[in-house]
Amino acid sequence: MRAPPLLNIRGLSIGFTGQSGETLPILRRVDLAVAPGESVGIVGESGSGKSTLALAAMGYLKHGLRVIAGDVLFPERDMFALSPTELQVIRGRRLALIPQNSGQSLTPSMRIGAQLSEALALHSGAAKRDYPARVTDLLNKVRLPDPVAIARRYPHELSGGQQQRVAIAMALAGEPEALLLDEPTTGLDVTTQAHILELLRDLAAQYGTSMIYVSHDLGAIARVCARVVVMYAGEIVLAGATRRVLSNPSHPYARGLLASIPRLASSQLPAALDGIPPMPGGAGAGCAFATRCALAEERCARQHPDLNDPDPAFDNQQARCHFAERAVEIPLHTQTPPQPAVNGGTAAALTLDEVSIRYARPTLLQQLLARRATATPTVSDISLAVVKGETLGLVGESGSGKSTILKTIAGLLPTDHGAIYLGEDEALAGEIERRTHAQLRRIQLVFQNPDESLNPRHTVAEILAQPLQLYFQLSGPELRQRSRQLLDTVRLSAHYLERLPSQLSGGEKQRIAIARAFAAEPDIVLCDEVTSALDVSVQAAVLNLLDTLRRERGTTYIFVSHDLAVVRALADRVAVLYQGRLCEVGATSQVYSLPSHPYTEALLSAALEPDPDSAPRLTANDVIESSPPAAGCPFQRRCAHRIGPVCDRETPPWRTPQPGHAIRCHLPMAADAPARATGGHGGVN
Amino acid sequence: MNDAAAHNPLAGLAAVVRDIVRTPSGAAGLTLLVIHLAVAVSAPFWAPYDYREVSSLLLLKPPSPEHWFGTDHLGRDTFTRTLLGGREALIVTGVATPVAVAWGGFVGIFFGLVGGRLDDVFMRFVDAFLSLPWILKMLVLIVTFGTGPEVFIPTLAFFYGVPIIRVARAATHDVVARDFVWAARARGHSRMTLIRKELLPNVRDALLVEGAMRWSWMLLAFSSLSFLGFGVSPPTPDWGLMIANARGYMSFAPWGVLAPMVALSSLIIGINLTADALAKTLGVDRAQKAPI
Amino acid sequence: MILRRLLLGVVTIGMVSLIIFGGVELLPGDACTAFLEREAQGKLLENCRAELGLNRPAYVRYWSWVSGAVHGDFGIAVNGRETIASLVGERLLNTLLLTGCAMLVGIPLALLLGVVCALWRDRSVDLLFSSLAILAMTIPEFVSATLLILVFSVWLGWIPGIVLTPAEAPLREFFPEILLPIMVLAMVMTAHILRTVRSSVIETLASDYAQMAALKGVPYWRIIFRHVLPNALLPTINVVALTIAWLLGGVVVIETVFNYPGLGRMMIDSISDRDLAVTQTLALIIALIYVGVNLLADVLTMLANPRLRTLKARTP
Repeated sequence: MRAPPLLNIRGLSIGFTGQSGETLPILRRVDLAVAPGESVGIVGESGSGKSTLALAAMGYLKHGLRVIAGDVLFPERDMFALSPTELQVIRGRRLALIPQNSGQSLTPSMRIGAQLSEALALHSGAAKRDYPARVTDLLNKVRLPDPVAIARRYPHELSGGQQQRVAIAMALAGEPEALLLDEPTTGLDVTTQAHILELLRDLAAQYGTSMIYVSHDLGAIARVCARVVVMYAGEIVLAGATRRVLSNPSHPYARGLLASIPRLASSQLPAALDGIPPMPGGAGAGCAFATRCALAEERCARQHPDLNDPDPAFDNQQARCHFAERAVEIPLHTQTPPQPAVNGGTAAALTLDEVSIRYARPTLLQQLLARRATATPTVSDISLAVVKGETLGLVGESGSGKSTILKTIAGLLPTDHGAIYLGEDEALAGEIERRTHAQLRRIQLVFQNPDESLNPRHTVAEILAQPLQLYFQLSGPELRQRSRQLLDTVRLSAHYLERLPSQLSGGEKQRIAIARAFAAEPDIVLCDEVTSALDVSVQAAVLNLLDTLRRERGTTYIFVSHDLAVVRALADRVAVLYQGRLCEVGATSQVYSLPSHPYTEALLSAALEPDPDSAPRLTANDVIESSPPAAGCPFQRRCAHRIGPVCDRETPPWRTPQPGHAIRCHLPMAADAPARATGGHGGVN
Repeated sequence: MNDAAAHNPLAGLAAVVRDIVRTPSGAAGLTLLVIHLAVAVSAPFWAPYDYREVSSLLLLKPPSPEHWFGTDHLGRDTFTRTLLGGREALIVTGVATPVAVAWGGFVGIFFGLVGGRLDDVFMRFVDAFLSLPWILKMLVLIVTFGTGPEVFIPTLAFFYGVPIIRVARAATHDVVARDFVWAARARGHSRMTLIRKELLPNVRDALLVEGAMRWSWMLLAFSSLSFLGFGVSPPTPDWGLMIANARGYMSFAPWGVLAPMVALSSLIIGINLTADALAKTLGVDRAQKAPI
Repeated sequence: MILRRLLLGVVTIGMVSLIIFGGVELLPGDACTAFLEREAQGKLLENCRAELGLNRPAYVRYWSWVSGAVHGDFGIAVNGRETIASLVGERLLNTLLLTGCAMLVGIPLALLLGVVCALWRDRSVDLLFSSLAILAMTIPEFVSATLLILVFSVWLGWIPGIVLTPAEAPLREFFPEILLPIMVLAMVMTAHILRTVRSSVIETLASDYAQMAALKGVPYWRIIFRHVLPNALLPTINVVALTIAWLLGGVVVIETVFNYPGLGRMMIDSISDRDLAVTQTLALIIALIYVGVNLLADVLTMLANPRLRTLKARTP
C-alpha cells in the first residue's frame, strides 16, 4: 500500500539517569515511519520529547541521554549502530537538519559562502571551481535577494529570516532525501514565518524530499504536513492525516489542545486545558494524560493505554486512549456564550499625547564626536486614549516599539517629546523618581517571561509582599492574609507561598507575576507579551484569568502581543504599530476586517491557523527594516499597495472609514475599500 | 540547593558544604583549609617548643625525633615555627578579606545600578589604579607607614577591594538588565531597597566566590611581602620569612625551606580548591578570572 | 570603535599619572627629607627643595613631570648623578628579555595544552595538566622559584640558581642564568592561559553551531579546526593580555629571588631608598605597558572578530 519507509523509528525509548540512579525515560516506545517524499509533522508542547525525537532520527543524542530500547532505521541500517564515518556520510547528504535557532547554529567566524562551500565539499560531487556558482544557486533557491552579497557576509549580519533561509540552503546542499525541521520558524515574525513555510512547501514538492517537521505550532504543521503525530509526555498519543486530526481529533489531549488555540476569526476566549503535563521522565504507570482528562476513569490511572488500531469512525486516526470513541464528548470550541463587552463609560484611563521616544541616548564620547546630532526617534508621534475598563491591544512585529511604549508609560524610559496623562488630566512625569507613589501604584506592569520578571531568590510570599509593603504598609498576619487572597485570585493554593520561582511551572510563575501586579490594586495593567513564553494550553488559562480579573475589577489593560489571534480574543480596541509609528487604530472588529492598513492586512493574511484550508497570503515581503525611513510612510518599502512617490515623501493622513476607526494611509478609504479588494490577493514574492 | 540557601542560612550553608565535599577536589580543599585553621587556632597550646627559643648547640640540625623538621640557623625548632607560621597571615587576611568584599562589593553594586557618566569616570579610575602592580602600591605604603597588622589590614582591605568593585559591578550589570529589577523600579522602590532586596541576593554568590579567591591572593601577597622582608618582623614566625631566611642554607639544610613551603602552598591550594568547588556549587563562572 | 578604544587608553594613562603623582604627594615626606634624613630641616631642606624645584605648587610640578615624561625625560636620580631615563632603560631591556622569553615559551604551550585538555576532557591527560595548572597558579612564585633552585641548581647542579651578570651586560650574557626565572614565569603564565583556553574550548564545543556542524556530517577534526577553535580562541586574547600584565608584577618577586637586574629589583630598591622620582618613573612605565598591552589585545580582538569588525564598518 505504502512505499517502504525511508526512515523507520521502531519502539524507540530514550532516557537519562536520575539523581538517585534510576532511569527516567524522555521518549517511550515511539514508532514512526516516514515514506520517501512524505511530510510528517510532530507536534507537542514543551517537554513532550519532540526535539529529542528529531535529533534521535539523525542518530544524535544530547549530552546525558541514552537509548534504552528500539532503533532508528535509515533506510535499513540502525543510525545508532553506525560508525562516526558512516554517520558523516548520511548526515547532511541523505538526511539534513534545519535547526530551531539558525542564528546560533551558523558558525560565527565563517562567511556564509564558506559554510555553504563546506557543505558542498562534503556532500556533493561538484568540482571546487563550481562552488561559487553553486552557492549562488543555493541561495537563489531559498529566495534570498542578492545571493553574491549574502555569501560574503557573516551570520550576524543577517536577519533572523535570512539566517533561517541560509540554514535551509545549507540543508539543500547535499540534495538530501529527507529534511528534519526542528521548529524552523519559531521566533520569527509572522510574515517571515509565512514566507519560510511557503518556501519549504515548494521545495519539498519540487524535489520530492521527505520532511519531518517538529513544531509546537499546529498552524505551521497544517501548512506543511500531510500526516501528523501528536506527542505527550514522551509518547505518541495520536497519529493521523493532518486534515482529520485538525478537524476532529480522536484523542482527548489533541482536542483540548486544539480548543485552547485562539482563532483569528473568533473574538471568544479559547478554552483552557487545566493541569500541567508530567515532568520529563515523571509519567506514572497509567495514561500520562489521565490527570488532565475529562474522560478519565479509574482504569486510566491504572492501565497504560496502547496506540489503538486505525479507527474508521475517525478517518483512520490512531489514538492512545482507552476511550477514544468517546473523544467527541470533548468540545472543540468554546461553549461559553460570548461575554458582553466591558463598558466602563467614556472616562479616559490613560492618554498618550504625541509621544516620541528615543531609545539610544548619545554617550559623552558620541556627543563630543557628534557628526549626526539626532537619529530618527524609535517611537514617534503616538497619540492614544484608553478608556476606563477597556483592553487596548497593541500589535506589531518585533522592533515595532510595542514594548518600548509600555516601558515609557511605566516610567522606565523617558519620553523625548509629548505627554502622558493618567486618568482625565493628571500629567505623568517622565521619570519614575518624579512620580508620586499613588501614580506608580495605579499603573502596574506584567512582563513576557516570568523566569526573568520574578526574582529567583525570593519566595512567592516575598514577591507578593513587595507591593503590599510598599503601597499599603501591610505586615504580619495582615500581609499573610492578603497574600493568600491574591493567590486565590490567580487560582493557586496558599501553600505556594513558601515556594521559589524555580519550583513553579511557567504558567504558575506567570500567575504569580499577575498576582503581584494586582496586589497594587492598579487602575491600569500593562501586559507585555504575557503569554508568549507559555505553551498554548497554558496560555488559554492565563488569558481566561486576565479576562476574569478585569471583569471583576474594571481594570484597564494595555495588552501588547505579536499574536493577532490572542489580541482578538482579549482586546476591545486594537492599535497596529510599525517601526514605532501607528498605522491603524480601531475597535477590534473594525481592525480585523476590511478596510485596513496594508500592514495590518499583511499581518492578518500571513497569520497561521490550525486549519488546512486557510492558506496565508503573502502581501508584503519579509525584509526586516532596522530603522524607519526618514520621510513618508514608514511602511513604504514593503507595501503591496504603494501608489507612488507620495508614499516616500509625505506622512500619510489619518483616514476614518468609520467612527472610531482610523487608518494612516495615502490610499483612499471607502467603507468597503473597492480599490484594494483585488490587490489584496495578489501576493508579493 | 541554592534555593534552600536563600532562606535558612544555616541549612543553606550545610547544603553548600555538602555540595563542595561531593567533588574530590572540593573535599580535599576543604579538608586542607580546615586542618590549617585548626592548627592555627590550637598550635600555641600544644606546639613542642617555644618559637623564640634560640640554641647555639642546635644550629641547622637535620630532622630527628626531637626536632621533626630539624632546626634553623638560630637553632629554633622548625616544626614549631611552621605550626605557628601561618597565624599572623591568617589573622591579617582573615580580617581584611571580609572588609574588602564588603566595601568593594557595595561600591561595585552601587555603580552598577547607577550607571551613566559617574560610573564611566569612576571605572576609568579603577582601571588606572589596577594598571599599577599591587606590589608597588603595597610597598610604598608599607615603607611609609611601617609594618604590622594595623598597617596590613587596612592596606590589604583597600587594595583588594578595588578589583572586587569590578566584579560586583559586572555581576550587578547582569542582574540590573533583568525584568525583575525593571519591575521593582517600576513599582517605585527606593535605591537602597533595590540594592538590598533585588540585587544583593543575586550578586551574593559571585561576591562569595570572589572573596574566597581574593583571600588566597591576599595570603600570597602577604607571604611575598614577608619573603621580601617587608612583612612580619622577627622573631614572629612566618612562612614567607622562614623561606627567605632558610634559602641561604638550602644546599645543606633543605628541610628549612621545604617545611614552610609545603605549609604555605597547601593552605593556598586548599583555599583555591574550595573556592573552585564553591564556584561550581553556586554556578558562578570563574573561567575568565585574571590574577590582578 | 578602535579610535574610541585608543582614546580610552590615553584617558586611562592620564589618570594613572594623576594617581601616581597624587599618591606620592599624599605620602609624608618628599625626596629631600628622604635624601637628607636626619638633617632634613631648616636651611638645608629649603635649599635642597629649591634645587629640585620641590617648592613650586603641586600642579606646576605635575605638569613639568608629565611634559618631561612625554619627552622621555624623567629627571635625575637624587643620589647618583645619572639620568633616571638611562638607568631605567637598561633595566627595562633586561626585564623585557626575561618576560619576552617567558611569553615565547608560555603562550604556545598554554594554547596547545589548553586545547588538548579540552578535547580530552576528564581523561588522564586533562586531569594531569589541569591539576598541574592549579598547582602552578596557586603556589606563590617565590615558593616555586625556591623549589626550582633547590632541585635544578642545588641538587642536580644543572643551571645556576642566581644571576650574577651585571645590569649593563649585553643580553646574551644572561644565559644560562636566566633559564630558571624564565621557567617560573612561563609556568605560572601557562597555567593561567591554559585554564581559560580549556574552558573556552569546552564552551564552544557545546555551542549550537558545533552541534550543527556534527549534524551536517562535518568530520570531527574539521569541526575542531574550522568551527570551534577560531571562535574559542578569540576571547583568550584578552586573557593573554591580562596575564602579560600580571607578569610585570610577578617579575618583582622573581627578580629579587634570582637577583636578576631588572625593573622589579630596581623598584624594590628605589622604594627602600625612598627614591620617589625613580619609583614614579617605574610606576608610570609599568602602567604604560599594562595599558598598552590591553589596548593591543582589544584592538586585535576587534580586528579578528567579524562581529566587532562590521560594527565598526556600520558606524563610521
